[in-house]
Amino acid sequence: MTETTTAPAAPTTVGVPDVQRAAAPRRRRRRPSLGRVLAWVVMILLLLVTLFPFYWMLRTALSSNGALYANSTSLLPVDFSWGGFERVFGLQSTEEAIAQGGSGASIDFWLYLRNSVVVATVVTACQVFFSAMAAYAFSRLRWRGRDAVFGVFLLSLMVPVIFTLLPNFILVRELGLIDTLLGIMLPGLFMTPFAIFFLRQFFMNVSTEVEEAALIDGASKVRVFFAIIIPMSVGPIATIAILTYIGSWNDYFWPLMVSYTDDSRVLTVALGNFNAQTPQTGPDWAGLMAATLVAALPMILLFLVFARRIVNSIGFSGIK
Amino acid sequence: MSAPTVREGRVGRRDDTRLALLFILPASIGLVVFYFWPLLRGIWLSFTSWDLLSPAEFVGLDNYRAMAADPVFWNAVRVTLLYVVINIGLQTVVALVIAVLMQRLSRSTLLRSLVLAPYLVSNVVAALVFLWILDYQLGIGNQVLEWIGLERIGFFTSEAWAIPTIAVVNVWRHMGYTALLIFAGLQAIPSTTYEAARVDGASEVRTFFGITLPLLRPILGLVLIISVIGSFQVFDTVAVTTNGGPVDASRVLQLYIYDKAFGQFDFGYASALSVAMLLILVVVTFFQYRMTRAGQTDLN
Repeated sequence: MTETTTAPAAPTTVGVPDVQRAAAPRRRRRRPSLGRVLAWVVMILLLLVTLFPFYWMLRTALSSNGALYANSTSLLPVDFSWGGFERVFGLQSTEEAIAQGGSGASIDFWLYLRNSVVVATVVTACQVFFSAMAAYAFSRLRWRGRDAVFGVFLLSLMVPVIFTLLPNFILVRELGLIDTLLGIMLPGLFMTPFAIFFLRQFFMNVSTEVEEAALIDGASKVRVFFAIIIPMSVGPIATIAILTYIGSWNDYFWPLMVSYTDDSRVLTVALGNFNAQTPQTGPDWAGLMAATLVAALPMILLFLVFARRIVNSIGFSGIK
Repeated sequence: MSAPTVREGRVGRRDDTRLALLFILPASIGLVVFYFWPLLRGIWLSFTSWDLLSPAEFVGLDNYRAMAADPVFWNAVRVTLLYVVINIGLQTVVALVIAVLMQRLSRSTLLRSLVLAPYLVSNVVAALVFLWILDYQLGIGNQVLEWIGLERIGFFTSEAWAIPTIAVVNVWRHMGYTALLIFAGLQAIPSTTYEAARVDGASEVRTFFGITLPLLRPILGLVLIISVIGSFQVFDTVAVTTNGGPVDASRVLQLYIYDKAFGQFDFGYASALSVAMLLILVVVTFFQYRMTRAGQTDLN
């Protein structure tokens, strides 16, 4: 519901300055100017705090680790080097890596990157599709007990996911899926109550006219789902998919429980591991920040493409 | 909200039960197997003693008795509460400031995107970046402290600073997201109320405390409920930066649960701790809901 509810609000808020201008032209020009400058100063300071860590990550990743110890305050990379990235992708020999401050342990972020992509992609595709199916049944199909069953699904919103992790780990272990990508993906494959709830809101509002015309033409309800409801809800489906992807990509606790070896290690877990392995005295900061950047970059790129959609999707209308 | 608004015409009159059951089948599997079953199983396990290898053994309330007498548990509760208070207090104030500034200054997508940027990286990424920025020897944060004539601080290595530091790191990651939630709430306040205040000559500050804040209350209530629940579950940042130390200074509840289960293979006790966490979440949510009256709006 995000877009439909926030969009109508826009004109009214934009309207405020007009009214101001008409009612108090002098005050508008003089008094707010100082306040506005001050407000911008505060805003820019907050933006600096927000963005500085990203820059520092980049600056450190492009420095030589040894040089960082001699010059830790330079705003530009110290003794520019790709060494950090080379260690992260396992391109350096062990001796070379240790000489440059690395742990020398074999790390291969290509593998972790691949694992993260597989997990986030499969989880997103399955979860959104199955949630959409359920949302369709709860919004456009007629069957007895529909609202009661939907109520049961809503109940699951009350179950904190964190409480389910330990028992789910035991279940995944019983299924013999420990240390597999499938084990990491399994609990998230089927649905989240939020996705069902969110999509149901949109499906309910899709006009019934097109659907009825299609049904008269002899289309089945299955066909209505694939040929009408889904295409007409591409926006909200994309929104929930992007949010799911980001959440899945950034998840740490669950994959930490399930994954033990490189075979199933995703980026977040690999990062934690990298940090734990780095020499305690004189950590490989350049390598660590390069790894951090590698883990963060795909989401930053995703964000660059979908910023408007992501930013507009955040609001309460989906829940309330 | 749940009223069936789909008004189906003559064509749609037939009963879709079989198709509907097929369509909710995958979601139902997920619901039963990965939500309800673990809920029941987690509660059951809390009454057992189990190391994963030998069969679980029913021990009644033993785990709960041990928990009541476990100083590390009570310390974990205390530390978690301290974290939540600092984290939520700071985050709400900063997010409110950002949201109000955004509303007054610019509605541009670029600005909102920049504000949201930290939310896109994982907790682990945020933790590592700040581990570096706040490093005692080389961190730029400590260098700045020295420049302005203050003492260096062992942000992650001193007992007093560990929890506040972790709380601030997570404020950094979540403040933009929270600000956008509040920003969305601000958009819902009709501009006519502001106009009325302006005609009466109310100042910015007065308008904020007299109109914005009261009308924002339901949204703020929901934001608080969601962020407090999330805050209680803090784990990633602690696990990556201090791993509970120094001593137990940052051993939050969820980390203690993880230690018990995966460090000592005491799944029964870990489950009892999880139930304690569950109860805390239920109680906190209930009281917050009551106190903030998040379900009601003043906008009518």
